[in-house]
Amino acid sequence: MSDLHTEIAIVGAGPAGLAAALAVCEHGRAACLIDDNPKPGGQIWRAGLTAGSRSATNREAWLTNPAIPAELTARLARVEGLRVLPAARVVATQNAGSLLLEDASQARYLHYQKLIVASGARELLLPFPGWTLPGVTGAGGLQALVKQGLDVSGKRIVLAGSGPLLLASAATLRAAGAQVLLIAEQAASRQLAGFVWSLRHWPAKLAQAARLRWALRGVPYRAGSHVLAALGKERLQSVRLQQGQHVRELACDWLGVGFGLVPNTELLQALGCALQDGSAKVDALLQCSQPNVFAVGEACGIGGVDKALLEGRMAGLAAAGQVEAAQALIPARAHQLRFAAQLAHHFSLDPAIRQLADAQTLVCRCEDVRHGDLLAYNNWREAKLQTRCGMGACQGRICGAACATLYGWPVTGSRPPIQPTRLGSLLQLETTEAPSS
Amino acid sequence: MLIRIELDGTVRQVPSGISLAAVLAGLPGRRSASGEPRAALCGMGVCFECRVTVDGQPHQRACQLPVREGMVVQRDV
Amino acid sequence: MTVDVLIIGAGIIGSAVAEACARRGLCVQVLEAGIPAAGTTAAGMGHLVVLDDNPAELALSRDGLARWQARQHALPSQAEYRACGTLWLARDDEEMAEAERKQILLRQHGLDSQLLTADELRRCEPALVNGLAGALRRPDEAVLYPPVASRWLLSQAEALGAVLLRNAEVNCVNDEGEVSLSDGRTLRAANIIVAAGNQSTRLVPGLPLKPRKGQLLITERYPATVHHQLVELGYIRSAHTNDGDSVAFNVQPRATGQLLIGSSRQYNDLDSGLNWPLLQRMLARACEYLPGLLALQALRSWTGFRPATPDKLPLLGRVPGCQRLWLATGHEGLGITTALASGELLADLLCNTRPSLDPHPYDPARFDTWTAATPIQAVEAATC
Repeated sequence: MSDLHTEIAIVGAGPAGLAAALAVCEHGRAACLIDDNPKPGGQIWRAGLTAGSRSATNREAWLTNPAIPAELTARLARVEGLRVLPAARVVATQNAGSLLLEDASQARYLHYQKLIVASGARELLLPFPGWTLPGVTGAGGLQALVKQGLDVSGKRIVLAGSGPLLLASAATLRAAGAQVLLIAEQAASRQLAGFVWSLRHWPAKLAQAARLRWALRGVPYRAGSHVLAALGKERLQSVRLQQGQHVRELACDWLGVGFGLVPNTELLQALGCALQDGSAKVDALLQCSQPNVFAVGEACGIGGVDKALLEGRMAGLAAAGQVEAAQALIPARAHQLRFAAQLAHHFSLDPAIRQLADAQTLVCRCEDVRHGDLLAYNNWREAKLQTRCGMGACQGRICGAACATLYGWPVTGSRPPIQPTRLGSLLQLETTEAPSS
Repeated sequence: MLIRIELDGTVRQVPSGISLAAVLAGLPGRRSASGEPRAALCGMGVCFECRVTVDGQPHQRACQLPVREGMVVQRDV
Repeated sequence: MTVDVLIIGAGIIGSAVAEACARRGLCVQVLEAGIPAAGTTAAGMGHLVVLDDNPAELALSRDGLARWQARQHALPSQAEYRACGTLWLARDDEEMAEAERKQILLRQHGLDSQLLTADELRRCEPALVNGLAGALRRPDEAVLYPPVASRWLLSQAEALGAVLLRNAEVNCVNDEGEVSLSDGRTLRAANIIVAAGNQSTRLVPGLPLKPRKGQLLITERYPATVHHQLVELGYIRSAHTNDGDSVAFNVQPRATGQLLIGSSRQYNDLDSGLNWPLLQRMLARACEYLPGLLALQALRSWTGFRPATPDKLPLLGRVPGCQRLWLATGHEGLGITTALASGELLADLLCNTRPSLDPHPYDPARFDTWTAATPIQAVEAATC
């Protein structure tokens, strides 16, 4: 299969990636936008899947996603020079300036001059007794499954964990006909009050929070409350919760638990980009430590959709050579970074959350490694070598973040491929012919 | 619109446009390395818990796959 | 405190030496700068296989295999010992003749093997490509997971009184039995054994040892795809060349159901990053033998460095000209197979007992040029 060439490659078609693509193409540069989902929107604007969309390289058909603001899709539909590669994964970075992509039927190289990584975030999923039972999902995970078509009408659902995603997820579930029994937020009510008070500086977010709360009227939202255990044999039957001083059990069909978000940095690490506190280290114009690589959105720090849109635009402008226009947005970004700091501060984890697992609780779900097996070690590398923790299919994406949270181990030494990949894809040889223009 | 997929040898009608994980989420699923029951967790292709064999290829993430007419799916239950 | 034996390096060789010494009643200390079993030990395939390129290699690998076999039931299950046997694959009549020669040689050393015809081979490994000429089956060989096996050996030594010192980075050693650590401490011992793999050259300058890079790839779980360890008969040619980059087909069915795919050999590349063109050559070679690999999910690939001597035999014995300073390194790609044999041999030499194997082929003094160039004064001057 012949190689692809582009000026600016953008990985991730969530808010940050879409904004970057728009900025690049509106300034006359060519961009290639890659996403592992069939449809654009990322997690926050996740579309329902539509049959046949996997082959929708027709940009207009691909852009059809009512969850994305209409103005954005309209402008993206108009630009010149935008190529989209849906349902494609970046699996390796053999040489600077090229990515190996894999989709359902083929693998090929994409050569670029500049790269914008908008790889988003995943949920922080932390171990507690019973968390591996079918019926227990991520809070955002359950929302994603419902958007994919999972029928939850009439089902009893408990959401637990931390952060605004719990509310967004609850709203989706309720709209889909589910009975949301409880939202258990681990942050104390005084933390939550502080967060709401801080929102006065971000009126749009305050309005959004108010809309969510209205959509969720009647649903109990308990601060200072966390999951203790999921109970059941072959499937979830009930959940045990700590609510203040009380322990209670609730029978339910689904339990969605998420303790916040973790930036997806695997591609950035493979490129040799430096990280700081778990996200990409970037300069004022979103440049990473490696030349010609930008990181935007959640990948360079959890901060929500407005930050992602702004950063995507900034990096798009900078990559397209519009440096002054990008610099003009620095103050606006500072405002978004202050919001990100508020988010991190007010939803910081109660130390009790790190103590939920007992010796028998699995930490690594791929290799079934228990909390008790890991206590003998004091670093990720040794624990991994001796217990196989992190050596399974998810390549440590879930247990790595859990170990970092529970034991304070920085996760080191990620190894190619970036995602599990057909072996045949790795055999794809780079062609050396000049780009066809 | 309904389409047909084959799940562990039995033909099922499922709505078109949904993901395979959405079909499987409420059903018994795969067993883990040590034999425990597992089902979809992250819903976004990260955790690999929703893996099934599709058209003879093991380890396919159901949450990343839209259902397709004639799809042959095996859970390793 | 002066201990009897101070071992530098807690990889599988250092751990095996520690265990053999502790079993002889010696007071043992093991120094590890980083993480035990995390260097070459962690990077290798973990094959327990007899290689027969020369009599000394055959003797050491045969003894090593026998010792693992004898202890297989004592290993923890996480060490993933699996007696899957080895199939040496012949592509054509010429390689089949090589298989026959190998069978005769192994029989002379009391090792059982069976020649398989093309049909027999196809029946026992249906995933292999059609058209192979046959194979030689070595039924009693095995694979294991080296980091756990290595740590188990060390814990056996610890149970016998050996002490592991972590974060012990060694700056220099001398033949007075002194070891200086980077934290300023000086440790003393009656004997010092350098078992630091490729790091050994830092402590003993002039050591005829070169890192030889290898790359491996492991797949997702596909149980029962392959039943034996599969090796092409050309493997020894690849292992014993002295220049150039080479690949040879070698696939193991791991206890987890994963397939571990090797192998490549490369001098003069000290970059721990993957060499993609060579990885592609290695995988292409593997797919020639197992075409079905193309569709399997590759999970992880990595590199490692074998400590290689010019004749591919390890360095087991005193540093030439020294009394208290010993070497246990240079095992190239056979360190897992030969760890227990090496540990026994070195412990016998230390205790002045007659070893069961002739130690001379492994004696570091066999490299004349090095011996001449590095008298003990030079070692001391250069290292302290």
